[in-house]
Amino acid sequence: MTDAAADNMPPGAGRAAPAVETPWRRFMADFCANRLALFGLVLVIVVAAAALLAPWLAPQNPYDIAKLDIFDSKMPPGSASSDGTLTYWLGTDGQARDMLSAMMYGMRVSLLVGAVSVVVALAIGTVVGLTAAFFGGRVDAFLMRCVDIQLSFPAILVALILLAVLGQGVDKVLYALIAVQWAYFARAARAAALVEREKEYVEAARCLALPRRRILWRHLLPNCLPPLIVIATVEVAHAIALEATLSFLGLGVPVTEPSLGKLIANGFEFLMAGKYWIALFPGLALAMALIGINLVGDHLRDILNPRNAR
Amino acid sequence: MSDAASPTLELADLKTHFFTRDGVVRSVDGVDLQVGAGEVLGLVGESGSGKSVTGFSILGLIDPPGRIVGGQVLYRGEDLVQASSARLRALRGRNIAMVFQDPMMTLNPVLRVDTQMIEAIRAHEAVDDATARRRAVAALTQVGIPSPEARLRSYPHQFSGGMRQRVAIAIALLNKPDLIIADEPTTALDVTIQGQILFEMRKLCQETGTALIWITHDLAVVAGLADRIAVMYAGRVVEHGATAEILERPRHPYTHGLIGSVPTRGHRGQALFQIPGMAPSPLRLPQGCAFQPRCTRAVAACAAMPDLQEIAPAHQARCWNPVP
Amino acid sequence: MLVFIIRRLMQAVVVMVVMSALVFGGIYLVGNPVTMLISDQASEAERLAVIRDLGLDQPVWQQYLTFVGKAVVGEFGKSFRAGEPAMQLIFQHMPATIELALVAMLLAVLVGVPLGMYAGLRPDSLRARGIMTVSILGFSLPTFWVGLMLIMLFAVALPEWIPGWPRLPSSGRGPTVDILGLKLSIFTAQGWLHLLLPAATLALAKGALIIRLTRAATREVLPMDYVKFARAKGLSERRIVGVHVLKNIAIPIATVTGLELGQVIAFAVVTETIFSWPGMGKLLIDSILLLDRPVVVAYLVVIVFFLVMLNLVVDILYSVLDPRVRLEAQGR
Repeated sequence: MTDAAADNMPPGAGRAAPAVETPWRRFMADFCANRLALFGLVLVIVVAAAALLAPWLAPQNPYDIAKLDIFDSKMPPGSASSDGTLTYWLGTDGQARDMLSAMMYGMRVSLLVGAVSVVVALAIGTVVGLTAAFFGGRVDAFLMRCVDIQLSFPAILVALILLAVLGQGVDKVLYALIAVQWAYFARAARAAALVEREKEYVEAARCLALPRRRILWRHLLPNCLPPLIVIATVEVAHAIALEATLSFLGLGVPVTEPSLGKLIANGFEFLMAGKYWIALFPGLALAMALIGINLVGDHLRDILNPRNAR
Repeated sequence: MSDAASPTLELADLKTHFFTRDGVVRSVDGVDLQVGAGEVLGLVGESGSGKSVTGFSILGLIDPPGRIVGGQVLYRGEDLVQASSARLRALRGRNIAMVFQDPMMTLNPVLRVDTQMIEAIRAHEAVDDATARRRAVAALTQVGIPSPEARLRSYPHQFSGGMRQRVAIAIALLNKPDLIIADEPTTALDVTIQGQILFEMRKLCQETGTALIWITHDLAVVAGLADRIAVMYAGRVVEHGATAEILERPRHPYTHGLIGSVPTRGHRGQALFQIPGMAPSPLRLPQGCAFQPRCTRAVAACAAMPDLQEIAPAHQARCWNPVP
Repeated sequence: MLVFIIRRLMQAVVVMVVMSALVFGGIYLVGNPVTMLISDQASEAERLAVIRDLGLDQPVWQQYLTFVGKAVVGEFGKSFRAGEPAMQLIFQHMPATIELALVAMLLAVLVGVPLGMYAGLRPDSLRARGIMTVSILGFSLPTFWVGLMLIMLFAVALPEWIPGWPRLPSSGRGPTVDILGLKLSIFTAQGWLHLLLPAATLALAKGALIIRLTRAATREVLPMDYVKFARAKGLSERRIVGVHVLKNIAIPIATVTGLELGQVIAFAVVTETIFSWPGMGKLLIDSILLLDRPVVVAYLVVIVFFLVMLNLVVDILYSVLDPRVRLEAQGR
């Protein structure tokens, strides 16, 4: 930085908040200052609520084949069911499932896959990353070389091949997603830990002769978490999109438990025939979820990045 | 002394403020200065005093959230605050040139030196490449760079810090400006190189009649260089006068403290004077004289801002209770 | 420079060996290839014959060496489906994919860099905010759904709603022209029309990425002293942005664009499936779904080789673009 910048930005004018402002309040104020991010948060909440409460909110249980009336298939939005008991606000798909209900249940699968895979990948990646950073030397070189190799290959290809080998199923999709995601977290965790390792509190803990394991988990880990949480937020969106893509290609979840991607794939064949709703609505729901998560994650990154502090 | 009738540059009540989210920073808050042809003005102050912002304000190079909120920058009688951006661009580098503090950062790392020199000429004159190149070589020779033709084809990182600053100075000299603003150009350099550059700059200005504003935090640097010195504190000029006068008879307690805190041979073995307290936060400047809380000579009158007043012939200070 | 390239080449060889082992392990050892290769009605004798033919009775390391030996000369067996050598199939389909990927990447760069620079130069303007919001859409929306929506809009809805609106083709490559033995679409108007939707689909996510990268790089470069110094020299805004800023941000942009080309080729798997684009991505999906193992293996080896080479080329390109790195390398 030049002297001019130092002149412009006196100490205390930039990052440091006045004494009354706690970091948490500042964070909340920063977050709420951005209406787009708030909008994203609302989207996420709506989508998550619809998914969680699907069994109580959905007009129909799309998994219950007995409830489906084959004469109701591919009905446009707003039509009444042939037994007159309910209105298909968003139409029905090729198997006569109410689109709205199928989407709510599909969202459950999508969110579940996204959240679980990220949590597991985060755990694995953090352990690997912290281990590499803390022990350094050969351990570090070996682990990071693995991460580099993994990351130089497109996630979609790795996942595709894994699924081709493993076969179909929600659990298989989870394995594939975890396998492609852990490396991001490992790299980020290592980077964060390398910075934290040099700080005084770690030095102090070492001087107290605390056991290594305790320093690693009780001192380093909590301080490395914020950047990891930002990545995790965005990765949930990645995971959901990847799962949808795999399911669309026919390699993801089975037909019996359709995620949003699978629903869209089912609608693809009817698209050219002008039956747009089967692919459009699940896609919109998917887009809502992904955009919401990305808006929140994007803004979190802006706030938590000290470089962007104004 | 300068020819007061037609100064090359005159600042009148210049105010540059920064509108940060934590409040308004009055980096420059009413600065009056002038500098004439062939004259060297030393602008002294600690970091945060507004001296660099003053320099950048002259050329209109203040980035948001800062802007000039009042006063005039009169270049040969023309107010640059009101000038169009096209007019400012035409003046920059041609009539008024600038040398920055950190030579490692002023040159673009991915462009060769010749590109950066030739574009500076061609931004102002329609000359062919060969002519521009000849002038670039001449400018490099002028600042003492050996084998300039060969060095032109180098990238900045192939030069040492001192050499890079010479290149930056050569760029400033390319269009033979009337005024050069040098923003601590020697601070980042070794002491020996600093001395060489000071000597050469002084010589160049005398030879060409260029006015020079030398911004620094180091009184010792301007002592042997400047004709006049202006001392800034918290956005204002607090003392101004001929170099010898200021150094020998500082009247403002701040200047007095500054000079007292420079180690000299006469001081050997004695404790250095230290100005008590810290520079105030520019967001919450004290009422009245900004130096008052740190001042050993503060009186009741200091609660009001004093004017910059003539305290001796050609010597002004902004103080109610100046050092006798 | 030479030392640098040799060192990177050696790393590339190591990666190739590791990856070939993984491909071999993943494809040959997981699951029993024999059950996939032989019909259920085959007799025990036939089974044994096949096992011997494939060398499956040999120790694993020997099988691996055989695999590598054959892979080096591009021999992966014949496709179960097409009956042609797998490698030949891959090479037949490769130009279509590369063409699509290059056009998509070009589109992404041509749109992304100017928009990103604009957003970086005026970060608080309304338009910049608009650009950034759209870019979030761009990388949020999954490629396949974007493709479907484009088809719906340009191949179904718009031509129906607005009379005279041209119906964009949504399937296949259109007519191709042979250039040096490669079939290419970009030399006919029809070919371009066919390219439009799939390339736009692929370009959207990458364009969004390039917008964000360019904006970040621009914002990083702008406060630099050398930009201010360029202003102090009296240069025009155009020259400052077009030369001083652009030359500096070009380095990260070129690097990322190069690396992302690999991603684009991988993601072409999805786009090609939607638009029935006869490239190697669609070939891969079809082969996976039909358990056409030789083609899958051939694809993997080719793509791994391609990605490793791409990384190498990008590294070299980076050192050519950045004079600081370039001279350091020469000095060694």
